[in-house]
Parts: sequence; structure tokens; C-alpha cells
Amino acid sequence: MQGGDNMALLTVTGLEKRFGGVTAIAGLDFQVEPEIVFAIIGPNGAGKTTLFNLLTSIYEPTAGTVTFDGHELTRLKPYQIARLGVTRTFQNLQVFLNMTVIENVMVGCHLRSRCGIVEAALRLPSVLREEKKVREMAMEALEFCGLEDIANRDASSLPYGMLKKLEVARALAAKPRMLLMDEPAAGLNDTETMVMSNLIRDIRGSGITVLLVEHNMGLVMEVSDRVLVLNYGELLSQGTPQEVQCDPRVIAAYLGE
Amino acid sequence: MRLAGLYMLAALFVLLGLIFPDSYYVTVVGVTVCTNAVLAISLNLLMGYAGQISLGHAAFFGLGAYASAILTTRYGLNPWLAMLAGLGISGTVAFVLARPILKLKGHYLAMATLGMGIIIHIFFVQADWLTGGPDGLSGIPEISIAGWPINTDLRWYWVFGTLMLFSTWVSLNIVDSRPGRALAAVHGSEVAAQMTGVDTASVKAQIFVVSALLASVAGSLFAHQQAFVSPESFSFFFSIELVTMVVLGGLASTFGALFGAVLLSILPEFLLVFEDFEVLIYGAILMIIMIFLPDGLFVSGSRFVTQLLRKRDAGR
Repeated sequence: MQGGDNMALLTVTGLEKRFGGVTAIAGLDFQVEPEIVFAIIGPNGAGKTTLFNLLTSIYEPTAGTVTFDGHELTRLKPYQIARLGVTRTFQNLQVFLNMTVIENVMVGCHLRSRCGIVEAALRLPSVLREEKKVREMAMEALEFCGLEDIANRDASSLPYGMLKKLEVARALAAKPRMLLMDEPAAGLNDTETMVMSNLIRDIRGSGITVLLVEHNMGLVMEVSDRVLVLNYGELLSQGTPQEVQCDPRVIAAYLGE
Repeated sequence: MRLAGLYMLAALFVLLGLIFPDSYYVTVVGVTVCTNAVLAISLNLLMGYAGQISLGHAAFFGLGAYASAILTTRYGLNPWLAMLAGLGISGTVAFVLARPILKLKGHYLAMATLGMGIIIHIFFVQADWLTGGPDGLSGIPEISIAGWPINTDLRWYWVFGTLMLFSTWVSLNIVDSRPGRALAAVHGSEVAAQMTGVDTASVKAQIFVVSALLASVAGSLFAHQQAFVSPESFSFFFSIELVTMVVLGGLASTFGALFGAVLLSILPEFLLVFEDFEVLIYGAILMIIMIFLPDGLFVSGSRFVTQLLRKRDAGR
């Protein structure tokens, strides 16, 4: 593995993001080891989603670096970051509502297929072979998330809980090395949350590193190996779920002193 | 049956040509219908599927037409080579403009494509040493395919119809493929498309070029069929008419674009009886359709039929 003498998959150094006079992320340093669930928690407005947007280059940082497996991410475009094996889900769903369920996931296979526009326009035999393969890969991801029975439904006809899972399936279809999940359980009922929690464990089990932003503390404490607490864009505490839960600074930030 | 619609269209097209070879409506209006259909289908790839509006599509139709007209009349080039040159010019213009223009969104994109169309139109009008200016260019030679001269209305009908069927096939192919899904993803959510690894700027540029190339071929054939080109055929108003066809039939549907082109091409023929009121009634029809069927005639219509069929099946 590249990345010097430590074993970290992701290294964030001195990361900072200001919007005009507002500092959303203030000099953040942390590392994420491979094949764990790494949760990022914090009160509303702590900068969690901003951090995800920085890690995926949707925002450009004011200062600092993000290194993934030896590659510097901050200068790359989001699609280039995806090529390195980093993908994500979104807090406010970004499902392609103009497509069916399986088509959404087939877009997820974009990086695992090659067909260009000229081949596609003339539908050369190579296209047919690849289409079949892509469909199988998409089906595999749908089965992993338990969505195989609704593969041919329009995404726009699905209830919220299913859309959440569909986003995960689409992200997994890319066979990422690291998956960023932004509030996967927000808006889900208890049963759905339990299913999502099992899904996160399965994802980790398949060797994918998970970065998790989530407000449901039950879920976070259950699935996470490491927890990082953000407050006003700064690192407040870091450790195992137990360590973080007992940290008086964390309790103060959440409950107010 | 991915191509069932295409086979039905081909059958209809051949039957019309065989049964009514002398009908003005089939051969003359048919050529206009097919030309507009090619343009609407190509514009729909950009507008309907990728969600990128263009108010300058007629410019590429014009570039193809003028390339053929100029190179065959002034330089005596073989019409097929001239058509290829037209493709090269349209493709290059589209490729060079695609990245800066398609970076824009919404109204800004509309303005930029509008500007592009108008500038190219002004070039056709002003560069009279090359384009013949407002009077246009005449005496464009006829073409022949394998020694078969295309010199009757019926023969042109077959030529344009073939191009129309080819465009439909290409459009259906692209939509149902990796690049087609990437385009629809750009339309659905650009940020999510990027995070699945789609280079959104590049796929937008690619479809812009493909749509320009189809329009350019139609333009080259149009020049030979008319034997005359003038700037007014490629004006801003024609671009708007093409947008109307796509929207009227239903965005993001190949057959919707085709249907819109057919309807808007033959409607004026039927409205001729109203003489001065023609434009008024034309406008009223468009308004009524857009108010009551905002998804377009074809898309709303086919949805209605599907629901009827489903209800009937459920009733059994």
C-alpha cells in the first residue's frame, strides 16, 4: 500500500474551509484506517456534510490536504476521485428519478464498463456483450441491498426508505474502496434503520471502508469502529464509541453545560 | 422488443411511399417531415435526455447546408465529399464550443446557444463573398446514389426517410447504453453523476457533437434537394420551432420528438384554409397542449394507453 509508513487509507491534514467570514471547517487533522466503519458525529451545523463535500471535491478547501491511498484529492474533480475508488451517498437524496431502479445502479457501473458514444450509437456487438455484463453487475448490487424484486420499477415511484437503499446500491455498484454515507438513516423508521445498520455491517464485511455521518446515535454506536466528534468545524474528540460516549467535552457539546 | 417502434415506423414509411407515390402530401410534405424529424431527434438527445437546452440547433443544419452548397457550386467538389466536409466543419464548431457553452446552466445556457445560432446566422447573411449573402446560393447540383440520380420528389422521400430511420435507430441505441445512461444521469443529478465517475463535461460535449453531426447531414441533403440555400432557412425562428417540436412531442422520448416534428410539419398544411388566422390558430393549439399536456402529446398519450391496457387486464 502507498502512503508512507502508516497504514491509514485516508489522511486529512490541516483541512480548512471558510465561506466568506464563516469558518465551517477549522484546521482538521485525522486518519482513517482501512476496512473499518469510521463515524463522524456532531451537533447540527458542526460541519459534517461540509467535510464530506471537501473529501469528494465538491467544495475546494481554503487550506489543507486530503490524501487517499497516496493520492492527493483536493486538486481532483469529483469524477476523478470516484475513479480512485471513493464514492458517496447524499443527505438530500440524489437518486436519478428519471430512470428505473436498475438503470440507476447501471450508472453506478459506469467506471467498470468502457463503451463509448460511437460504439453505442452504432450498437456494435461489443456493446451488447457489455450491456449484459453491466446488467448482471447492477443486479448483484441490488441483491446485496435487497432491492432485486423492484429492479424494473421507476425510481420516482419508490418510497423514501427504498430510495435511501437505492443510493447505497448505486454507490456499491462502482465497487468502491471507500464509501461516504451521509445520514443513511435519516427519515427511516426503526425497522428500516435496523436493515440499514445490517447493510452497513455487510458493506464493511465486504472490505469497503465506510465513512459515516449520522445523527442516530444508537446506529452510530452499534456499527462504528472509530468515532470522530466535530463541533463548530473543530475536532472535539476521537476514539472508540465507548471512549467518545464517556468524554465530558462531548457530553457538554451535545447537552449544553 | 427494443426496436419494435422503429420497425413499425419503417413499415409505415415504406407503405406510404409505395401506396401513394404521386401524392404531394407523402412525397413533398414527407421530405419536410423527415428533415424536421432528424433535427428534432438530434436536438432531443441533447435537450430531452441530457437536459441541456439549445436555442441554436438550426445553425448546425445551416453549416451542413452551406458547406455542401459552397463546396459543390464554387469549388466543384463531389457532393459526398462536400457532405463529409460539412460534417467536419459542424463537428469541429460543436466540439470547440461545447465545453465553454455547456458549462453554463438554465437561462445562461439558453442565452449562449441562442447567441451561437444568431452569430452563425449573421455569418450566412454577411459573408456574401462566400455564402451569397441574403440572396443565398443557387444551382446546387443534384446527387446520385450508386448511379441512381435523386431527381424526383419520390426519390428524395426515400433518401430523407432513410436518414430519418437511421437517426431514430442511433437515438434509440444511444439512449439504451452506457453513454446514454450517463447523459440521463447528468439530467437527473449532475453531482451524483460525477460521484459515480461520469465526466459530465465530456459526455455533454460528446452528445452536443453527435447532435450537431446529425443536423449537418440533414442540412447537406436539404441543400441538394432544394438546389438553393438562403439564410432564412436557418434562422433563430427555426431553432425555436425545433425546440417546440421536441417539447410538444415530449422530452426524453425519441418517438416523442419524431411525433412533434410530424405534427408541426403538417399542421401548417391543414391550417392554410384559415389564411390570415393561420398563425393565431397555430399558437392557440400549442398553448392548449402545453397547458393541459405539459409532458408532451406523445408521452402523455402513450402513458394514457398503457394505463387503459393495465386497467383492462386488471378487469379480467
